[in-house]
Amino acid sequence: MIHSLFLINCSGDIFLEKHWKSVVSQSVCDYFFEAQEKAADVENVPPVISTPHHYLISIYRDKLFFVSVIQTEVPPLFVIEFLHRVADTFQDYFGECSEAAIKDNVVIVYELLEEMLDNGFPLATESNILKELIKPPTILRSVVNSITGSSNVGDTLPTGQLSNIPWRRAGVKYTNNEAYFDVVEEIDAIIDKSGSTVFAEIQGVIDACIKLSGMPDLSLSFMNPRLLDDVSFHPCIRFKRWESERVLSFIPPDGNFRLISYRVSSQNLVAIPVYVKHCISFKENSSCGRFDITIGPKQNMGKTIEGITVTVHMPKVVLNMNLTPTQGSYTFDPVTKVRPPLINCKQVFLQSLFCDGREGRRKSLMSWLKVKILTKPGEHTVLCSCPWLWREPHICC
Amino acid sequence: MTDSKYFTTTKKGEIFELKAELNSDKKEKKKEAVKKVIASMTVGKDVSALFPDVVNCMQTDNLELKKLVYLYLMNYAKSQPDMAIMAVNTFVKDCEDPNPLIRALAVRTMGCIRVDKITEYLCEPLRKCLKDEDPYVRKTAAVCVAKLHDINAQLVEDQGFLDTLKDLISDSNPMVVANAVAALSEIAESHPSSNLLDLNPQSINKLLTALNECTEWGQIFILDCLANYTPKDDREAQSICERVTPRLSHANSAVVLSAVKVLMKFMEMLSKDLDYYGTLLKKLAPPLVTLLSAEPELQYVALRNINLIVQKRPEILKHEMKVFFVKYNDPIYVKLEKLDIMIRLASQANIAQVLAELKEYATEVDVDFVRKAVRAIGRCAIKVEQSAERCVSTLLDLIQTKVNYVVQEAIVVIKDIFRKYPNKYESVIATLCENLDSLDEPEARAAMIWIVGEYAERIDNADELLESFLEGFHDESTQVQLQLLTAIVKLFLKKPTETQELVQQVLSLATQDSDNPDLRDRGYIYWRLLSTDPVAAKEVVLAEKPLISEETDLIEPTLLDELICYIGTLASVYHKPPSAFVEGGRGVVHKSLPPRTASSESTESPETAPAGAPSGEQPDVIPTQGDLLGDLLNLDLGPPVSGPPLATSSVQMGAVDLLGGGLDSLIGGPNFVAPPAAAVPANLGASMGSGLSDLFDLTSGVGTLSGSYVAPKAVWLPAMKAKGLEISGTFTRQVGSISMDLQLTNKALQVMTDFAIQFNRNSFGLAPAAPLQVHAPLSPNQTVEISLPLNTVGSVMKMEPLNNLQVAVKNNIDVFYFSTLYPLHILFVEDGKMDRQMFLATWKDIPNENEAQFQIRDCPLNAEAVSSRLQSSNIFTVAKRNVEGQDMLYQSLKLTNGIWVLAELRIQPGNPSFMALQLSLKCRAPEVSQHVYQAYETVLKN
Repeated sequence: MIHSLFLINCSGDIFLEKHWKSVVSQSVCDYFFEAQEKAADVENVPPVISTPHHYLISIYRDKLFFVSVIQTEVPPLFVIEFLHRVADTFQDYFGECSEAAIKDNVVIVYELLEEMLDNGFPLATESNILKELIKPPTILRSVVNSITGSSNVGDTLPTGQLSNIPWRRAGVKYTNNEAYFDVVEEIDAIIDKSGSTVFAEIQGVIDACIKLSGMPDLSLSFMNPRLLDDVSFHPCIRFKRWESERVLSFIPPDGNFRLISYRVSSQNLVAIPVYVKHCISFKENSSCGRFDITIGPKQNMGKTIEGITVTVHMPKVVLNMNLTPTQGSYTFDPVTKVRPPLINCKQVFLQSLFCDGREGRRKSLMSWLKVKILTKPGEHTVLCSCPWLWREPHICC
Repeated sequence: MTDSKYFTTTKKGEIFELKAELNSDKKEKKKEAVKKVIASMTVGKDVSALFPDVVNCMQTDNLELKKLVYLYLMNYAKSQPDMAIMAVNTFVKDCEDPNPLIRALAVRTMGCIRVDKITEYLCEPLRKCLKDEDPYVRKTAAVCVAKLHDINAQLVEDQGFLDTLKDLISDSNPMVVANAVAALSEIAESHPSSNLLDLNPQSINKLLTALNECTEWGQIFILDCLANYTPKDDREAQSICERVTPRLSHANSAVVLSAVKVLMKFMEMLSKDLDYYGTLLKKLAPPLVTLLSAEPELQYVALRNINLIVQKRPEILKHEMKVFFVKYNDPIYVKLEKLDIMIRLASQANIAQVLAELKEYATEVDVDFVRKAVRAIGRCAIKVEQSAERCVSTLLDLIQTKVNYVVQEAIVVIKDIFRKYPNKYESVIATLCENLDSLDEPEARAAMIWIVGEYAERIDNADELLESFLEGFHDESTQVQLQLLTAIVKLFLKKPTETQELVQQVLSLATQDSDNPDLRDRGYIYWRLLSTDPVAAKEVVLAEKPLISEETDLIEPTLLDELICYIGTLASVYHKPPSAFVEGGRGVVHKSLPPRTASSESTESPETAPAGAPSGEQPDVIPTQGDLLGDLLNLDLGPPVSGPPLATSSVQMGAVDLLGGGLDSLIGGPNFVAPPAAAVPANLGASMGSGLSDLFDLTSGVGTLSGSYVAPKAVWLPAMKAKGLEISGTFTRQVGSISMDLQLTNKALQVMTDFAIQFNRNSFGLAPAAPLQVHAPLSPNQTVEISLPLNTVGSVMKMEPLNNLQVAVKNNIDVFYFSTLYPLHILFVEDGKMDRQMFLATWKDIPNENEAQFQIRDCPLNAEAVSSRLQSSNIFTVAKRNVEGQDMLYQSLKLTNGIWVLAELRIQPGNPSFMALQLSLKCRAPEVSQHVYQAYETVLKN
């Protein structure tokens, strides 16, 4: 089971450690640093590292590494899921999961970690249970606490802990009863050089914000549930009902949570709302070239597209760029990328001249420019085999 | 007002100041001080000096302060065991607190204080808490047992906590059940032998019920526990699968993968003909694909597991190729894994898409990824023959890019393509040769040299090319040196006239100037070959090479089956069994897939038997429907077969055909080859099928005129223990000679050669009469049958048991040892018939205490049948009497070492299907009696 946890920031400082069994020396992290060095890029650090006596399983979230130490055979997914849950909880408690936030609330962090895991076994990970045990810090509460001497640790057993619905606490009361559902869909697509779709699928989630009194029992039905290829449910959803009637029936947790996530991958159903064209050329006998990219809405979609962001990851050999967007603004990060955020465009034409440091690398440059296009109602990415993302939030009551 | 203030230190000496604050009267100040201490602790600062002061703060009503002190205690108690005792009283008191939260907290913390002295105080409170009325306390206490076990295993056993824990599996609260399972699993892991999780259908049912109601983490524990259970038949497996399937839609990916593990394992037991099997296959694909849209770390673990699943059951994801296409923002470790799976899924149907993708990847910027992509193109060519042409032209395009590492990688794979499709793509050699100068990696250089050597006759300037490599011979890596040596020898054999000088040069370089023994040895061998017999040299060096197999990097089937049992664990990420890497090697139990056992007969067809099931389809299965057949076969055992009496029998379902086949083989003599599968009617049940294989085994044994009973071949040496070599065999005795019929199967991925066999000394001096002759190298998945003649003139040593034979088999990989028991009747000699007088005299002569009595049950044979059957195994009937309606047979036999055994066999009349034979044996060496009895039983019952 999970033995210890180290939080490490980007510059390689271990700024928090927590041990659930015996104390493991910080030196175990050296193996992690070694792997990090080898990986060059922070995102490329392998998530499972074996050392002579331990295994290190890590995640990278919000510029922090959560490195857990385990000693016995444990399902790695279990550890990774748990670490993400820890990060989610920090986010939930402190508004952000950053080194500063954690250091500012180190005692709460420690109390939380102790509450979440006992001897390596997860204890309470549901946010509403945790919040009953340890109240999130607010300015008002700290003022009240300092006056009354009360603490932010709950002294009764959380009500939901043992019920069949651990995600909901009893006795919730609201004057305005309301429930919000956000349907967010992302199109994830790979489009080849000629502009035709190689692969496209929709990743969708329904996030809910429920503020209802008592024990509400909700059901939600879809117009055409057969479209969904695969669904993952929050534990509150009654699976049998879904199997038989394709209706989502559930007693919701209180507050924000992700109700379901789903996937639609049948390609003919996934329509990409924009088109992208590009052109790359090199000047003869010089190390310069020209890269044009054109993005515009597809005619048949009938919706306006806003807030397009194009991100182009240039290979390292590119030394400098001159950018000329037809609309919007741009920035160039000399380390890796170009990011011109463009707004309200019907059609964008971006021209750039770039300098290739070395001869002979052109070929590899040509077909691996990475372009990520984000739009406000949607989010996308492309070029010669680059993915698209599209997002469209709906709000309904 | 943030906690970061706790990190600020004053100049005066931090510890000193904290000490003062901790001893302050003001509650608020105390709490602040403890917080400061905790803050120092979180960054790994040593604050153990404050131990007594912090422990003093423990007696408080303030829960937050209490929790903080507990946090401190857990970290430092171990360094101050004597001080830690001070805290015990408070813990014991807290365990009685009316508030369940505090009771649970106390027992939880106490378990975390890893001090031996505390454990004895812990027992009583823990016992109470395990029986607490509040489930929250019970579930915390369950975990505490695991903690205590970690500190003092003996204590836990002595106190009977394990039994209490087992009782908790039947608790009414699912959370308690889940924690009990988790605790038991952890304890069981350190004691693999103990049968802690005694799983039976009842407890499985309880777990399945709890599965629906407990938390996501509890579900993982329960699913992992379920995966260790072996259902008794396919119906049970199916019903468990049905109840586990809903977990595939869980939002927690660890739950999903654990459910996949259970399903993959139990699927092994389901017949492929079931509708449910197909449904299950369809249900498995979507959740696996969905795992790929999670965070990259989760994707990585999922991909490593999918890699295993794709190898085991490619049908699950065969239509999902596109989801494995690499995205631009995948981390490199995800990209590499996706690439691997893409190649595994590549087939004729999707090869065009795959190639187009791979070509894109080959122009990426990440070097590792590009290399792997280029290699992948080569692997596609080898795997999908129809695509080879396109792959080769893609590779040529890539070579044209002149990007150094792309070219090198391409050359390495083109070498493999040449070996798979010889004489097909040699036209590209010219292009390859152009890039000779840019090669700087040993593998690429070696590959190029191999190509030049292999096709020396088609390359005009081959000698020049190789000579250019020779200049820096000593700076090359061994790989290149060896290749260069072989290539030049090849060249010489092909163009002897103009390259004599070159070959002299390389041979002297290799033999005289090198200190690498491999190189030197190879040099000498070539030299001598060339100087003594150039024709032989040609035959050796230019021999036709075996084609390389389709997939070079598959996991060996036995390992794969084991790894399937470990889906979702570290083993599945490393693709190694836990025994290979788990710390301390605590005697990890090997897991294996369950063999398929059908509750209803004859639903399976023989060819669907699970390939890797270790015990399900061993040859020693006794045919269930084969009784009739068995009888027929026994008829067969009689000396010369005169006409086909069998054809008239009433056996249905094409048995006539089968036996006809068997007879043909009899005529065919000992070189009997199993008839092609087509001769076997497809509607035969599996059990019938195994009866059949017995039949063939028998007939091959009976091929020569007379012979004793031959047991079906049993696996003596499983492939898992012998690096892929599987040996099964049996013993036969035919007209006075004993032989050992062996079947060698190569289940590894490499060719096996150089077989040899040796016996240890044994009770009857059995020894091989000839060396083990395996004529051709044994290529992967090939099986050979060998009959090894034995004699009994070897050295003698009494073994325990008497008929134990220890065998060593050697091949080019290693030496393997196994032991087997031989049936004693192979030692019964042909001249074992005593005359009557002699028999009587000897019987009287042997003292009565040497007599042994045995009973042979369920032998529905009459005296004549018994007598004739035994006679064929050299047990001779000396006389026959009928006493009070019972047939008495007096029999004698002689062993190879001259020991006589006398027998009296009493045949009880009565219900023919329930007849028992009384056997009395007399012998001067009574220890053989037991084995003679076993021989009787085998001969009579088969």
